[in-house]
Amino acid sequence: MLLYTLRRILYAVPIALAVSLVCFMLVHIAPGDPIDAILPPDASAETVALVRKDYGLDKPLPVQFGLWLAHVVQGDFGRSIANRRLVADELVSAASKTFILATTAASLGFVIGCILGGLAGAFRGTLIDRAAVSFAVGGVSVPHYWLGMVLVIIFSVTLGWLPSMSAGPGDWAWDWLHIRHLILPAITLSVIPAGLVTRTVRGVVVEILSQDFMTTLRGKGLRRLMLTVHVMKNAAPTALAVMGLQLGYLMGGSILVETVFAWPGTGMMLNQAIFQRDIPVLQGTTLVLAMIFVALNLLVDLIQTALDPRMRRT
Amino acid sequence: MTEIATVSSGLVAPRRILKPRRASYWRAVGRRLLRDRVTMVCLGILAVMALAMIFAPLLGLYDPLQGSMIRRLKPVGTPGHILGTDELGRDMLTRLIYGGRLSWFVGITPVAIAFVVGGALGITAGYAGGRINMAIMRITDVFYAFPSVLLAVAISGALGPGIGNAIIAMTMVFIPMMIRISESVTTSTRNLDYVEAARSTGASALTVVRVHVLPNVLGSIFVYATTLVSVSMILASGLSFIGLGVKPPEPEWGLMLNTLRTAIYTQPLLATLPGLGIFVTSLCFNMASDGLRAAMDVRA
Repeated sequence: MLLYTLRRILYAVPIALAVSLVCFMLVHIAPGDPIDAILPPDASAETVALVRKDYGLDKPLPVQFGLWLAHVVQGDFGRSIANRRLVADELVSAASKTFILATTAASLGFVIGCILGGLAGAFRGTLIDRAAVSFAVGGVSVPHYWLGMVLVIIFSVTLGWLPSMSAGPGDWAWDWLHIRHLILPAITLSVIPAGLVTRTVRGVVVEILSQDFMTTLRGKGLRRLMLTVHVMKNAAPTALAVMGLQLGYLMGGSILVETVFAWPGTGMMLNQAIFQRDIPVLQGTTLVLAMIFVALNLLVDLIQTALDPRMRRT
Repeated sequence: MTEIATVSSGLVAPRRILKPRRASYWRAVGRRLLRDRVTMVCLGILAVMALAMIFAPLLGLYDPLQGSMIRRLKPVGTPGHILGTDELGRDMLTRLIYGGRLSWFVGITPVAIAFVVGGALGITAGYAGGRINMAIMRITDVFYAFPSVLLAVAISGALGPGIGNAIIAMTMVFIPMMIRISESVTTSTRNLDYVEAARSTGASALTVVRVHVLPNVLGSIFVYATTLVSVSMILASGLSFIGLGVKPPEPEWGLMLNTLRTAIYTQPLLATLPGLGIFVTSLCFNMASDGLRAAMDVRA
């Protein structure tokens, strides 16, 4: 296990390097001179010369990548073109907001998915099963930014129960004043993982119920509730893996929902960066989110192997 | 899949045996599809939408770009504007139909390109194995290390708004997925006995792939590609929704959804219509591809 863990971590290093290479290239695929992509148009000649030298923009690409990477590992993602603030400073607060939203949505999706998937698998072929499967298909087919708008129309505009914008006043806290802002975006974002987890759990439950040891347990006279416990224990690693990956997707993919609800996370940052053609912000945010995704993938893989050694990838 | 896997032995001229059997396989698939009511309804809805979009100029609709300042934000059911008018007084039904053209185009094109490019690369990697496989699959891993929405947003954000850039960005997202699936089905096919037998008769790699591997893997790869269309539709309109992809005043569902956001207080029903288009399309593609998977009896 230790050896396997080490090998997996070692394998993540070249991936992380390659991911940063892709992020580095974002500045270079932007049309025009890279200097125009990282500095505002009214930058003084001295600033231009300084940045050009600092990032080695007159040197070959591999050297530039090295210099850029040296900045990045020290937490220096450059400055925003729009407001000249350090990208890193804004990223910390935005990423924590997105993390709150994504973890809430993922947990919600996980709980809903496990319940619906478990029920659907246990009562296969019944109305419950059909309803759960329809929900799963709907959950993965619905454009969630549209669902967000519909929820706003119902719960904010018509009923006036919940706010439709922002993450509440001041810093985040787990009180009602802030949580009421979280409810709608979290529900909106949770439909995708809920649908996927439902599908996965249903499949696993159906498969487990058909296995020999279940017949034995049933023959032993175990009650339905106890059977469920046995089933869920076997289905948990798969469901957890799906949720772990989904958390990564939600962190990186919350831009649309954050746009709808003006949730001040990384998605909003990306959205503003796109509007203002603020490439340093775009680059830094993408890099951080991708790194979180790589780390989550690694973590999920390690936890999954720890729970079930059969999953081990060579 | 097993059905076609056993068709040719590789020892006899394969074409002659393959042809009639493949025809009967497709006939069976067609029969199963026709019996699947849900899938047929979905395909029917998609067909109606596609026909409306193709023949849009003949339907006697309004001009999708021409608005009228005195007819702004008319509710659904207004005489002359059955689905109302948008924030610039343009007819909603007209814009929904014309908008579907662009949404479908931007949604389907990346998957189609990825199907060809990713499929070819994946089959190459799977059949060649060894170093070529290593090279292709490791590069694929890198793109897999990005959440898909983030990758599409980052690339098209760097390239700037525009339909072409959105399509490039989304193609970059879907190619790795197509490579992975094609590689895995090809790898499992190339080790089957009859492929081995074909190789041992001295058939060239190209012949073996064309005659023995392709008919076996294309079904799985195609079905997988159809499942991606639904995701792609949501993503394509999503990019336009956040200001990438299609630029105003062109009608496109995601973009319309965004410009109508201000109208949720005055005309809530109207504001959600473009999203309904995306939802219905994506749902139908999703269910149709599930039906197709069942009818073709492939696992992917």
